Amino acid sequence: MAHAPAPENVALLARFTAALAARGIVTEAQIAEQIERTDRADPRIGAAMVARAWTDADYHALMLRDGSQAAEAMGVSMAGAPPLGVLADAPGLHHLVVCTLCSCYPRAVLGYPPHWYKSAAYRARAIRDPRGVLAEWGTSLPEATQIRVVDSTADYRWMVLPMRPAGTEGWDADRLAGLVTRDVLVGTRLPLA
Amino acid sequence: MTNFAPGARIRVRADYPETRGPCHIRTPHYLRGREGVVERPLGAFRNPEDLAFARPAATIPLYHVRFDQPSLWNEGEAGDTVLVELYEHWLEPAG
Amino acid sequence: MPDDAPLPAPATHDIGGAPRFRCTPVEPDDAAPPDDFGKRVDALRQLLAQRGLMTVDELRRGVEAIPEAEYHALGYYERWLRSISGLMLEKGVVTAEDLRG
Repeated sequence: MAHAPAPENVALLARFTAALAARGIVTEAQIAEQIERTDRADPRIGAAMVARAWTDADYHALMLRDGSQAAEAMGVSMAGAPPLGVLADAPGLHHLVVCTLCSCYPRAVLGYPPHWYKSAAYRARAIRDPRGVLAEWGTSLPEATQIRVVDSTADYRWMVLPMRPAGTEGWDADRLAGLVTRDVLVGTRLPLA
Repeated sequence: MTNFAPGARIRVRADYPETRGPCHIRTPHYLRGREGVVERPLGAFRNPEDLAFARPAATIPLYHVRFDQPSLWNEGEAGDTVLVELYEHWLEPAG
Repeated sequence: MPDDAPLPAPATHDIGGAPRFRCTPVEPDDAAPPDDFGKRVDALRQLLAQRGLMTVDELRRGVEAIPEAEYHALGYYERWLRSISGLMLEKGVVTAEDLRG
């Protein structure tokens, strides 16, 4: 779990920031603005993409062809962001995303990664014992479902496009998006109607 | 101009640059020497092994490569798989 | 190499499958956003990258250079701070004097 930074690191941050400011490299206002911009990215963006894909076949196809364009189509600026890849679950196939080497995460459409995604336990275990990890979330997959663990090692960032749950016939995209949480977009949970 | 097509069988080089000095490697240790199947090319990107040291970096092909999950760990459920982005210079053809 | 030779150990950060975390539970509900410290470090990282002063690959290299005992003791954004302040020192953007308490 997250722990408070050590006092010496809080002090180091203050000195480092002051040195950068003194050299005209960053200002307090720029830091505040960058934080505000970063705070705007949120799993609701990814959820809206999934809900639209469930209700719009053309968008579904775009999402699989080019996740970055699909994000742009929802009003997200992907300029300078790593390319977004979309992993489509299918009957008998479930995706789970991890970054074993650091913590690569599709921040443009999911926001800050949660603590557990960055934890040594998740990074070490998801790739080796994905079923054990899913059990800790209380997630049980349908019979005869194969798991595909996606280790996010390089230039892409990956999000899961889960299957639309049964019992949602006639729902509009807004209502569907409410089923799609951050954990669903990483693959540790399934959307449940 | 990629050298591996979807479906190609590859082996990840059993190389351990971390034993030879400072480096930055995006090929996880658990895959070194393992055999997998190219799922698809993912385009080309600048070599992170050079970018990490601010050296001039060549643009090299990147692939999504699929591995049988239980055989990586000698445990797990048959049919489960692992899918990983790997740069071309870590791949060699396998039988 | 012969089958019976032990493989070289993974680097500190390269922990996919690492047995030492085998029995460490993942805490699924720990979902709080970063604290102010984390957000500021994150913002600095982005601003320095935008100014062409570092790449994400250099950030990672700096994190990976942290000795093992510290790597697991430091928080996530503490590791980032260690990396980016070290990189700016390496590049002469800031001085050792600047960073010394």
